[in-house]
Amino acid sequence: MSEHTASAAPALALYDITCTFGNYTAVANTSLTVADGEFVSVVGPTGCGKSTLLNIAAGLLAPTSGRVEVHGAPLVGLNARAGYMFQADALMPWRTALGNVMAGLEYHGVPEAESKRRANEWLERVGLGGHGHRYPHQLSGGMRKRTALAQTLILDPKILLMDEPFSALDIQTRQLMENELLELWLANRKSVVFITHDLEEAISLSDRVVVLSAGPATHPLSDFVIDLPRPRDVSEIRLTQRFLELHQQIWNTMRDEVLKAYSINRMAP
Amino acid sequence: MNKPVVSRSMMGRIRLYQVLLLVAMIVLWHFLVKLGVLPKFFFGEPVKVFANMFNWFATGEIWPHLGITLLETLLAFFVGLALGVVVGLWLGLSNTAALLLDPYIKALNAMPRVILGPIFVVWFGLGIWSKVMLGVTLVFCIVFFNVFQGVREVSPNILASARMLGASSRQLLRTVYLPSATSWVFSSLHTSVGMAFVGAVVGEYLGSARGVGYLILQAEAVFDVSAVFAGIIVLTIFALLLDWCVTLIEKRLLIWRP
Repeated sequence: MSEHTASAAPALALYDITCTFGNYTAVANTSLTVADGEFVSVVGPTGCGKSTLLNIAAGLLAPTSGRVEVHGAPLVGLNARAGYMFQADALMPWRTALGNVMAGLEYHGVPEAESKRRANEWLERVGLGGHGHRYPHQLSGGMRKRTALAQTLILDPKILLMDEPFSALDIQTRQLMENELLELWLANRKSVVFITHDLEEAISLSDRVVVLSAGPATHPLSDFVIDLPRPRDVSEIRLTQRFLELHQQIWNTMRDEVLKAYSINRMAP
Repeated sequence: MNKPVVSRSMMGRIRLYQVLLLVAMIVLWHFLVKLGVLPKFFFGEPVKVFANMFNWFATGEIWPHLGITLLETLLAFFVGLALGVVVGLWLGLSNTAALLLDPYIKALNAMPRVILGPIFVVWFGLGIWSKVMLGVTLVFCIVFFNVFQGVREVSPNILASARMLGASSRQLLRTVYLPSATSWVFSSLHTSVGMAFVGAVVGEYLGSARGVGYLILQAEAVFDVSAVFAGIIVLTIFALLLDWCVTLIEKRLLIWRP
């Protein structure tokens, strides 16, 4: 994939994962590996079990069968090397932006003065300097996402799990956030699993795009290496020839699945 | 930040009308009784009611009674609150205990709890404790159900996020469950203060030698309706004061709420 696959074991590896809820199979026989420092997007139609996969990688959910390895070691309990950014708001409404960013350090027993200093640095870094005293309901959607990003990154996780983090934002804010994410990621390359249903977002951000089949029994259909040059600007890169080729190529695989998911959803009561 | 859009002058006008409405009701009461539309015997006379109240405060006769009633109310309120929070957290966090105790909780909720009054008089005597316990029972139930609900309805996203950030179960309790339950508790505190008062006064009705409830009972025994009304008004004023204190604390503690 890239020069970052130097270390022997992948940062995150899911082997032959199956996950069932009652008699509903959400994910079936799925394997997925993410190299150290690699940005992987997972795309698939709505309701295909993408979040399930991410929860398994985070250790929040135990798979029915299969195994998860983190830097070569089997995952037991929560994935301590991973940071998780949720689709919905997961900020604590009773804490200020600063308090939210500090939370992780506080949980790890870092002295308050130091957590405060570092949290302020992170707020500065995500463009929220001077907004630390505000409560989540006083922040815009984009600002809340930045706070959540700072909250996750302050612990310097080796693996970043992102579940459609920007899907609730308007298109301009979203592209700004995508660019900022890329910038932060280029400065400190983590392994990223980015879940999205937006193929353009997936291509413009990633090193690799994995396409999932429609649910139930979701499994990866194919895997595309995105060889677009970095650093990228997400809105400009969408206009390049290579982007359009990749889009065409991946969309051809995805289209049938999206239609399948659509007809399943339409039949559902 | 975003308060309903009511200008200061408009708020002032509304306050004025509120006072006028009160005055109008009292005046109406006065004339209805004076003109004989309402029998004096059952409805008392506002002038006498206020004279009675004035007398109570002027002679200081009311203070020991009011003091006892307020003491009972506050004790009932704080004990009930503490018990409700602890038990609510415990049952909210322990699925087994919640399942096991479910029918009993339902029964406790459905039961008209004031009927425990006579039993408490037998158990705790005619002193303040039978009243406090009645109030505790009433307050506990309200607080308990709210904390229980609050714990159950903590956003799963916030929980998962805190866990991913490395929170231990103790830290989760302190930084997620408790603050989340707090907002539910506060929404119940206004009702709880009222209930603590109900416990104290009803307890005093059932048998006591002091307290505003006792004063009212005595007045009723000699058909002094004006004194009954005076007692009711004094209780209402102090209930409002307590409610206002709750609002003040709430504003301080829940600044994060939109």
